[in-house]
Amino acid sequence: MPCIEARGLRKAFGTKVALDGIDLQVQEGRILGLIGPNGAGKTTALNAMLGLIPYEGQLQVLGHDPWNERDALMRDVCFMADVAVLPRWMVVSQALEYMTGVHPRFSRAKAEGFLAKTDIRKTSKVRELSKGMVVQLHLALVMALDVKLLVLDEPTLGLDILYRKQFYDSLLNDYFDHSRTIVVTTHQVDEIQDVLTDLMFIHHGRIVLNTSMDELETRYAEVKVMPDQVEAARALKPLHERQVLGRSIMVFAGIDRKQLTGLGDVRTPSIADLFVAVMGTANGRGQGEA
Amino acid sequence: MNSQTNVMSSAGEQAAANTSGPPVRPFFWSLRREFWEYRSLYIAPLAAAGIFLLGFIVTIGHQVTKMRGMAGMDAIHQRNTMASPYDMASGLLMAVGMLVGAYYALDALYGERRDRSILFWKSLPVSDLTTVLAKASIPIFLLQLFCWAVAVVLQFLMLLIQSAVVAASGESVSILWAQLSPIQMWIMLLNHLITIHGLWYAPFYAWMLLISSWARRAPFLWAVLPVVALGALEKLVFNTSYFFQFLGNRFGGSPAVVFVKDWPANPMTLLMPGHFLLNPGLWSGLIFTALCIVGAARLRRYRAPL
Repeated sequence: MPCIEARGLRKAFGTKVALDGIDLQVQEGRILGLIGPNGAGKTTALNAMLGLIPYEGQLQVLGHDPWNERDALMRDVCFMADVAVLPRWMVVSQALEYMTGVHPRFSRAKAEGFLAKTDIRKTSKVRELSKGMVVQLHLALVMALDVKLLVLDEPTLGLDILYRKQFYDSLLNDYFDHSRTIVVTTHQVDEIQDVLTDLMFIHHGRIVLNTSMDELETRYAEVKVMPDQVEAARALKPLHERQVLGRSIMVFAGIDRKQLTGLGDVRTPSIADLFVAVMGTANGRGQGEA
Repeated sequence: MNSQTNVMSSAGEQAAANTSGPPVRPFFWSLRREFWEYRSLYIAPLAAAGIFLLGFIVTIGHQVTKMRGMAGMDAIHQRNTMASPYDMASGLLMAVGMLVGAYYALDALYGERRDRSILFWKSLPVSDLTTVLAKASIPIFLLQLFCWAVAVVLQFLMLLIQSAVVAASGESVSILWAQLSPIQMWIMLLNHLITIHGLWYAPFYAWMLLISSWARRAPFLWAVLPVVALGALEKLVFNTSYFFQFLGNRFGGSPAVVFVKDWPANPMTLLMPGHFLLNPGLWSGLIFTALCIVGAARLRRYRAPL
């Protein structure tokens, strides 16, 4: 059974369509990055999966209907909606007590172990902690939950680079164990390049790219084209072309790398470059047929 | 790598501990966290009681003089004179309970959206109905019980202090205790707080909770202004004021059995739950309360942070 399965998932706020009938499947043990420009529908998709908003179409998360079974679903799912949703009046020790009291899969010992690695004192109130420490605290609480699916919506927004790096390091080293599934949205795409197993681009409420990272490496190539090869390269119909320091950089999809090596330096595009390439195409085609 | 294996094994232990661990109690912990968040729920009654006790101590000489001057009075007058500071103490805690309850009910489902913490609460396996029921039971039951307990302690301390002063001035303490009959006084107060301030006023608190879960801003205004507007409209269109009368009766003129004008020979006869329970106003109010609570729980499901 896939962890998340959506068919024709649609959500409109008034006349504005946030999700335009998307189909997706996320298998267990994957780390999926959901990437898209502001207002693309990422958060709407996550909110639907978490039972925070009603939707049209079919959606199953771990066999539950999220909208009607949110409280049952939350025994197997946890989410960090974005930074700073922990109640500001709460004392760290109260957070630990409360989680122990309401969540059957919370390990207080584990949470205290994670907190011991930080500078957070158990007597502190959330309002006394820095933004980075609040995220550390929330992550400690979340990682102490033995749940099957973890959903992160912009978990590192507004954090400085040290905390951001640390966040994904502890997530991978202390939490992820291939039986759990993680779905993450972020604008800091470079940071999660090595974290993800799957990548999905979403634009205007539609999925414009859905690939595993392995597939991405074989399917997409970025070539720094030598000046005398530009016309030959263009003949291969690149997805996108940009100029950097007078050199053309082109992104190709589905073209054999052997064919490209003659044109210039070939490498796997970064998520950011691929994003620009795919989004450029999607914009060019209007709402696209992805 | 080492730390990773540690985490793995502790995850395994934890899974084993889960099956034998204590059952989770979402309702209890939902109540518990309200008292963490809204500390005024207990600080305000305690502070009011403390200030009142201080005032009582300062004016204790006056109380004793009043007691001396009532030798020629009849029993009911004697009782009323002696009881007046004690009745004031109960009245103060009732008033504080109502104010704190109203403040709490208006903020309970609004504050969590304003500070976005609703997203944290909703990430945990606690249903909206459990949350709203916990929040409703605070002004309707727990706050009233707490105010009663504070009143009992306050009145007991007042009695001890007054007895000490009376005894020190060489007079009999027994008349004070006999006239006030504290146990009876406390049973009556408990009855009054639970029936009137809890059950009879429950629709007011439930209405405020409903507005608190609905309003995008200014829940106090949304709770009050439409009610006032409705009454004013009735006055304007029909030149009647049934709606205001209805609200006034609900708020002030609770069932006659519970609000007494004359003090009967045996005040315990006032405890007639039968009369109270047969009052249709009680039951229509409780039905309205239940509807508001279900409505608030449904609204909370749809509500996003502000």
